[in-house]
Amino acid sequence: MKRTRLVALALVGVLGPLLVAGPAAAQSPGVTPTEIKIGNTNPYSGPASAYGTIGKVIAAYFKKVNDEGGINGRTIDFVTLDDGYSPPKTVEMVRRLVEQDQVAFVFQTLGTPTNSAIHKYLNQAKVPHLFVATGATKWGDPQHFPWTMGWQPTYQTEGHIYAQYVLKNVPNAKIGILYQNDDYGKDYVKGLKDALGDAAKKLIVLEQSYEVTDPTIDSQIVNLKNSGANVFYNVTIPKFAVQAIKKAHDIGWKPLHLLNNVSASVDVVLKPAGLEASKDLITALYLKDPTDPQWRNDAGMKDWLVFMQKYYPEGNTKDAFNVYGYTVAQGLVHVLKQCGKDLSRENVMRQAANIKDLALPLLLPGIKVNTSPTDFYPIEQEQLAKFDGERWALFGEIYDAGKK
Amino acid sequence: MRRGQGWLRAIPPAALALGCVLPFLLSNFRLFQFTQVGIYAIALLGLNILTGYNGQISLGHGAFYALGAYTTAIMIDKWNVPYGWTIPVAGLVCLAVGFLFGIPALRLEGLYLALATFALALAVPQILKYFEYWTGGSQGIVLSKPEPPLGLGLSPDQWLYFVTLGVLVVLFVLGANLLRGRTGRAIVAIRDNPIAAQAMGVNSALYKSLTFGVSAAYTGVAGALSALAIAFVAPDAFNVFLSITFLVGIVIGGLASISGAIFGALFIQFVPNWAQEISKAAPWAMYGIFLIVFMYVMPRGIAGSLWLAWTRLARVGRTGRAG
Repeated sequence: MKRTRLVALALVGVLGPLLVAGPAAAQSPGVTPTEIKIGNTNPYSGPASAYGTIGKVIAAYFKKVNDEGGINGRTIDFVTLDDGYSPPKTVEMVRRLVEQDQVAFVFQTLGTPTNSAIHKYLNQAKVPHLFVATGATKWGDPQHFPWTMGWQPTYQTEGHIYAQYVLKNVPNAKIGILYQNDDYGKDYVKGLKDALGDAAKKLIVLEQSYEVTDPTIDSQIVNLKNSGANVFYNVTIPKFAVQAIKKAHDIGWKPLHLLNNVSASVDVVLKPAGLEASKDLITALYLKDPTDPQWRNDAGMKDWLVFMQKYYPEGNTKDAFNVYGYTVAQGLVHVLKQCGKDLSRENVMRQAANIKDLALPLLLPGIKVNTSPTDFYPIEQEQLAKFDGERWALFGEIYDAGKK
Repeated sequence: MRRGQGWLRAIPPAALALGCVLPFLLSNFRLFQFTQVGIYAIALLGLNILTGYNGQISLGHGAFYALGAYTTAIMIDKWNVPYGWTIPVAGLVCLAVGFLFGIPALRLEGLYLALATFALALAVPQILKYFEYWTGGSQGIVLSKPEPPLGLGLSPDQWLYFVTLGVLVVLFVLGANLLRGRTGRAIVAIRDNPIAAQAMGVNSALYKSLTFGVSAAYTGVAGALSALAIAFVAPDAFNVFLSITFLVGIVIGGLASISGAIFGALFIQFVPNWAQEISKAAPWAMYGIFLIVFMYVMPRGIAGSLWLAWTRLARVGRTGRAG
């Protein structure tokens, strides 16, 4: 044993200094005159695999871009890997992307815990960590994490919108809350409470939570009704949103029902729950819902359908995630175009932080993407909508969280 | 070890020498993967002591892995304890919890114990969310990667690899000594025939709980190292699938085999990645095929089959009919 260790140490001593100094990194990793390599992780397997379609639709969109000649003469090589929504796997895969595949940057990695696991690593390695797919609030912190940028409105922003609506329009509000017991649910609740301010304690009469593994939420709904609440803040994912809308209707509870954007799909949630039961629901939107009939003749939506048929025919055209992925891919293409010839990591980050009033075809009319060196929240606008039994009728002004 | 196979003894030191040279041959990313192999190997040895040697099936070792990881993370995050101290503490905490869990589990045999431990694996992610002040809830705890001591000239990845390798060697030597001696024979006797073991004076209850404790301690130490390597802990990292992965690892590697833990660790680290390389559309179907093929070709696990192949070769060699 001892001798072997000596041999090993000797080997270490001889080989070590030779090999520690690896080759120096290229000036702009992942960029050649004809190509730019972009890395991504998505949960193609595991508990969150419903999100996997986002990675697929993005890959399909980049294929379309490449077919049309690429960006400034470069095609996109999109390397997307499965992390199964497991943070350790995300770390491994992202390290592979950065260190082995030598991607130029990482784009749209999905999930709050998974992105938390690579947050520090990418910022230390100075690799852009662009447009992460999570509604948590921590991604827009250029002072401490200058290489990370969010994309969608944060859950807290949405909570603010509902709070302002309630404060303005419901004089004797008694708010009952149902939320999923994780970071997503808690962020929504925090947003609402923050914007209610001191009134929160008085206005919120009951908070109920559920676990994502629970079979039903019927008893929570009954409790909320019995609490005398006249405002129902419904922070649930589609499966539970259907149950909540149905149950509230069945037991004759008619509160002002605020449904979070996560479950605002007409086909996935409202139709299964019953259109009658869904009437007068209120939500906040920033994307066009592909199942909402009001967009049937919308040019952007038509283009999207043509794209889906040609490049992602196996994708579900009722799934709002496919609208989401298409839109964020367009956002990135805009950034890359703006980069011109300089695709260094510094310039990609500089241009990502310099988006001015970008309108994208599937964002609601009037909603624009804006960033600056101090504003790393690209989409901060949303508009309220009321369900009229058939479609989401937009009303009121566009709310802008960036204006405050 | 039998006569005539003396140079089999050279394999562990040779493997160790290879292990020491790896950091200087591989990129930091590959090294990180091998660090994970080392971490898994420790966890698998822990589970193998319980399941392979003692015959108690656990579907819940992911829970002890999580407990070890969180012990380290909380000690560093809340009390600024130097990371080196947190590893043995994580082991001791898991030893105690494993021992205590082993006491009621004594009443459960085979599949019933598997179910009880399965419940543990299911419960842990939710329990972690509940104690939000300590665990950071579903947001988890972000740590800093351990810095290598100054003057060694190692990168953080190399340093972490050597720390893992050092812990692995210590735990494997301890484990081998434990299993080879009196205690080990008692542990195996309980698996093979509990009544006969008791008749020979083995305190079955005590040994079973102790085995559970030691097994949990190994897995906890592995969890602690994983928290350092990933520099982040969150409930989503410790779902039921992790526990099942461990079970796959020990069966593929070889039940009741010390070297099997390393083979099993290599399998659970690299095969899912290969499966993804082969088929993006259905990586888990590919993984399933790998599993079935391995089980058909090597029904006694990798270590068992290698051993079988070796003894056959040796016999052929002795009778002088090579080929």
